[in-house]
Amino acid sequence: MNRIEARFNQLKADGRKAIIPYVTAGDSEPAVTVPLMHALVEAGADVIELGVPFSDPMADGPVIQLACERSLVHGTRLLDVLDMVAEFRQQDADTPVVLMGYLNPVEAIGYENFAQRAKAAGVDGVLTVDLPPVESEGLMAALKAEGLDIIFLISPTTSPVRRKAICEQGSGYLYYVSVKGVTGSKALNVDEVATYITDMRHDTDLPLCVGFGIRDGEAAAAVCQVADGAIIGSVLVNQIAELSDRPQEIPAAVAAIIKDMRTAVDAA
Amino acid sequence: MSTTAEQNNSLSVPDANGHFGIHGGRFVSETLMGALEELEALYERLSKDPEFQAEFDKDLAHYVGRPSPLYHAERLSAHCGGGQIWLKREDLNHTGAHKVNNTIGQALLAKYMGKPRVIAETGAGQHGVASATVAARLGLECKVYMGEEDVRRQALNVYRMRLLGAEVIPVTSGTRTLKDAMNEAMRDWVTNVDNTYYIIGTAAGPHPYPKLVRDFQAVIGRETKHQSMAQIGRLPDAVVACVGGGSNAIGMFYPFMDNTETRMIGVEAGGFGLETGQHAAPLTAGRPGVLHGMRTYLMEDDAGQILGTHSVSAGLDYPGVGPEHSYLKDIGRAEYVAATDDEAMDAFRKLTQIEGIMPALESAHAVAYAMKMAKEMSPDQVIVVNLSGRGDKDIHTVAQIDGIEM
Repeated sequence: MNRIEARFNQLKADGRKAIIPYVTAGDSEPAVTVPLMHALVEAGADVIELGVPFSDPMADGPVIQLACERSLVHGTRLLDVLDMVAEFRQQDADTPVVLMGYLNPVEAIGYENFAQRAKAAGVDGVLTVDLPPVESEGLMAALKAEGLDIIFLISPTTSPVRRKAICEQGSGYLYYVSVKGVTGSKALNVDEVATYITDMRHDTDLPLCVGFGIRDGEAAAAVCQVADGAIIGSVLVNQIAELSDRPQEIPAAVAAIIKDMRTAVDAA
Repeated sequence: MSTTAEQNNSLSVPDANGHFGIHGGRFVSETLMGALEELEALYERLSKDPEFQAEFDKDLAHYVGRPSPLYHAERLSAHCGGGQIWLKREDLNHTGAHKVNNTIGQALLAKYMGKPRVIAETGAGQHGVASATVAARLGLECKVYMGEEDVRRQALNVYRMRLLGAEVIPVTSGTRTLKDAMNEAMRDWVTNVDNTYYIIGTAAGPHPYPKLVRDFQAVIGRETKHQSMAQIGRLPDAVVACVGGGSNAIGMFYPFMDNTETRMIGVEAGGFGLETGQHAAPLTAGRPGVLHGMRTYLMEDDAGQILGTHSVSAGLDYPGVGPEHSYLKDIGRAEYVAATDDEAMDAFRKLTQIEGIMPALESAHAVAYAMKMAKEMSPDQVIVVNLSGRGDKDIHTVAQIDGIEM
């Protein structure tokens, strides 16, 4: 059993929901990332989605685009991100880490090479935003060979036929994109999300986590009434942006947001 | 003259998933998959629908002014000494470039889909103008994304778009050129997918765009073949076109695919020279990767980050290329070369002074390479250059190079 499955099993047994923060690796500078990951876990994060910076993050809004730019100024490469995960693993053997990013940096080093190095670093799952299942055969095989999960997005515009295919091919958990738009664009509609998530349970036993548009504890708690977890990204990245000239303050400030979310979700 | 019939092409790409060999495909976020599937299904139906084809052909004839002439540039040919240079005059189309062939077609798709709003990305502004034009004609709301750097370089086209009623959004992210404009347009589309049609301006992006843009632009090559037979008595020895995203080139090449006696040559932007790294020539100097929904040759660093590009012409200033060109390079059916900024500028001046035809700086790259080729050819040999656009929009850039304040 890998860390993701173990974590969701444990949460289920405890009757709790997952809080999943997203931060871009190397934002606002590479030295911030590992301390930030530990602070997030300390504050109650169950899984960490670590963004791999890309020059052209087409599915993201300006918040994540700027995070990528801040990281890339320091020359952060995919291999550097794997080093960060390895360093994180020296002190944390249990918290699942999912890499989230775009395909081209992975293609640049090769699927098998990437999967082997990611496994060795202690990565548990990979979410490639611009790789739909129909194109993912090669990467999926490479990840499977190393026991890594491939995590897919499902959106409000996903047709029933494609949703079924995604549910069959995905592993770890499914990431439901709760709004039509890019990351950080608008607040989600909790009722619509609830309807969709309830319906999706017919297609899969995988944990269903919801992201895009979750900005506060209230929204996270509402989402977790129906979903297995809430993914929180842009609100954290905004905080990092505000503190980019005082990077030593980033871990505590970002962790404080997650702590509030944790409290709100656990109280609901 | 339909968009799909009589293509005289046995390659039959793309496949059902939009692949041209290893290239192409559909590498987008799940949020866009539904819209692309809908577009694909509609296009499959309409491309076989005689009524749609008739409407498209009628617009090309009476709104765009097709067929565009095939012109023998005799004085330029004599100046070069050697082969004959002929020009396919896409610069004479309404709005001044080949771009309008595609926007006419895609605006019809938007109309059939009932979308009241269209968006577009633009580099040199020709596609933006062509999109704003068809939007005005059909009464559609139109928003054009354009890199801030290009807004500055192409001020005339920005004002044209605004006069046509379009909103021009300067894009300030990344390198502030065409690739970033495309990112922003995709983001808009994801957000407004219910009421918006995205008119991609080149034969690139996720399936089915490379295919449908090619089909709409293939009128260029079909006319060229007919005109060559009528005016020259045979097909040309070579067709030459500039390649940024590659829509004018694929439009010229596609109908020639099975006529292997005709060489197909795509000319990329060599910028300050390939050896400087300051260029926009992914086919000549890049490697395959994934960007903007497709696998194709890209300019990228060894970590897979997309590199900034340089070209004197905004329309070629793009780090990727349409996937069918990548395929044609791989199978060797087409050849890809580069012309530098200086070579393009020289061709711009020569064509203006010797023939009284002022080409777009993009098209001047193709002219530059054809002039080079002609010198090595015999007088009975024929090169057709796709003169994809006119140079009015570039006068500001040229004046600046000449040190003239306007």
